[in-house]
Amino acid sequence: MRVGLVCPYTWNVPGGVQQHIRDLAEALGALGHHVSVITPADDDAELPPYVVSAGRAVPVPYNGSVARLAFGFLSAGRVRRWINEGAFDVLHVHEPAAPSLGLLACWAADGPIVGTFHASYERSRVVSVTAPILQSALEKITGRIAVSEAARTTLVEHLGGDAVLIPNGVATERYAMADPLPGWPGRGGPRGGDDAAPGGALGFLGRMDEPRKGLQVLLRAFEILGRRRPALRLLLAGPGDADDAVARVSPELRDRVVVLGMVSEQDKIRAYHSVDVFVAPNTGGESFGIVLAEAMSAGAPILASDIEAFDRVLLGGRAGALFPAGDHDALAAAAGELLDDPARRKQLSAEARAAVRAYDWSAVARDVLRVYETVALDHGGVVESGLGA
Amino acid sequence: MLYDWIIDVLFWVAVVFLAGGYVSWRATRLDRLHVRVETARAALDAALVRRAAAALELAASRLLDPATSLVLATAAHEARTADADNREFAESDLSRALRAVVDQPEFVGTLGARADGDGDAVLEELSSAAAKVAYARRFYNDAVAQARIARRKLLIRVLPLAGRAPLPGFFEIDDDPPGI
Repeated sequence: MRVGLVCPYTWNVPGGVQQHIRDLAEALGALGHHVSVITPADDDAELPPYVVSAGRAVPVPYNGSVARLAFGFLSAGRVRRWINEGAFDVLHVHEPAAPSLGLLACWAADGPIVGTFHASYERSRVVSVTAPILQSALEKITGRIAVSEAARTTLVEHLGGDAVLIPNGVATERYAMADPLPGWPGRGGPRGGDDAAPGGALGFLGRMDEPRKGLQVLLRAFEILGRRRPALRLLLAGPGDADDAVARVSPELRDRVVVLGMVSEQDKIRAYHSVDVFVAPNTGGESFGIVLAEAMSAGAPILASDIEAFDRVLLGGRAGALFPAGDHDALAAAAGELLDDPARRKQLSAEARAAVRAYDWSAVARDVLRVYETVALDHGGVVESGLGA
Repeated sequence: MLYDWIIDVLFWVAVVFLAGGYVSWRATRLDRLHVRVETARAALDAALVRRAAAALELAASRLLDPATSLVLATAAHEARTADADNREFAESDLSRALRAVVDQPEFVGTLGARADGDGDAVLEELSSAAAKVAYARRFYNDAVAQARIARRKLLIRVLPLAGRAPLPGFFEIDDDPPGI
């Protein structure tokens, strides 16, 4: 299948949409499809072979912040030529409601067009004002995808209609291998304790000062378990005020709580590989839990609260142990059991690695391909639209 | 004075011309929405046919026990032969039958373990067909929703821009795919 992907934002600037398009393009390419991406890019930027530049993006104030967007006759002409020469079976436009290449592509093309909506926002005046202008271009999109339930709600409220939900993928292989952080045992290594002074390492990753991430539940459990296991340590990573969190731990246990704070991507992966049990004590508000998926990709044995999203991702407890959300006694008991049972941890780790494959980019690419095949059914492919259509 | 008269005429000609252009543009948009509804409907019908075919193929594959085969084949047949009034019910029944069959304990594992790989191929086809039904139905209902919004606009109601195209109806079924 010949697929044309349209990226609205500058390729070399880090961002969720660009990362999504890069991962999708590479996953589709790996499945043997022809992929071409058109994107704004700086003149001297190094681009992969499947990327075509539509010229520089210009910083303009839009929707309350300064966005770098590509618009104007020059960009429109380049998009038109790319569509003409590409002879695509399907055109896949990302963030088509942004006044950038996506909108231009909708305007310039006829045929099977898929649109992926990434952003979610509260009802804003800007969108209400612009909706009628957008409408005539967005009407041409034959298949709409939203990357999250929030993005889907935004879309439905502002533009009407509906969309299918295909969440972002996780690049699972990026997390698969890493060395533990210095001074941490890693799984399978010495546990940093013996039968007289049992230990182990628990890990947590998330915003420290966001109550719904549940750090306070974990710290209360550590109060209980830390006294029973004199060598037990706790590794905390994530943004937010850490002093405040650690001050809640009693002084005699405090030096066994190690706070990394905000960590780099590489150190985050190493942190997943440094602990015996990764704890996700969230009390609610998670729709998917990207952190959980990353920990699963790393093969960390997981102990998570039994909120609905986690229960689903962990296959009802098969790919990670569950405890009643908010119950620190249960968390302490379950963590203690896991730390004493290496065989069970090994089994959970293997199950987690297998289960997370459902969220890998290859699975997302498969779903996106099904969307392409649904809309591109006996069609003449994408053709250039007549002017003013 | 003569020139005033000419300017007046020119002004009204321009107004009529612009209004005509605007109405024609709106008509083009509405026509495009109607075409989109038809295309989406064709895609939805194709996806439903393909799903029924995949269910029948699984039923006829000798990979299943006869009772399961019969449940699947009956549901697929009902879905294929239902008239317009019963179509949505029959397709929902097929979705439920597929889930009931696939959700049997160890079903996917047992079928996937067949040595020749037939089981995996049939399951993959079924999973893809069921997912496409859900996608195609969303896209169809999305097109219908937008066409219906457009049809409610004042201009479209006052001028007969919609021609004799019937107001498209939503297609409401239970299309939750089986857990393959």
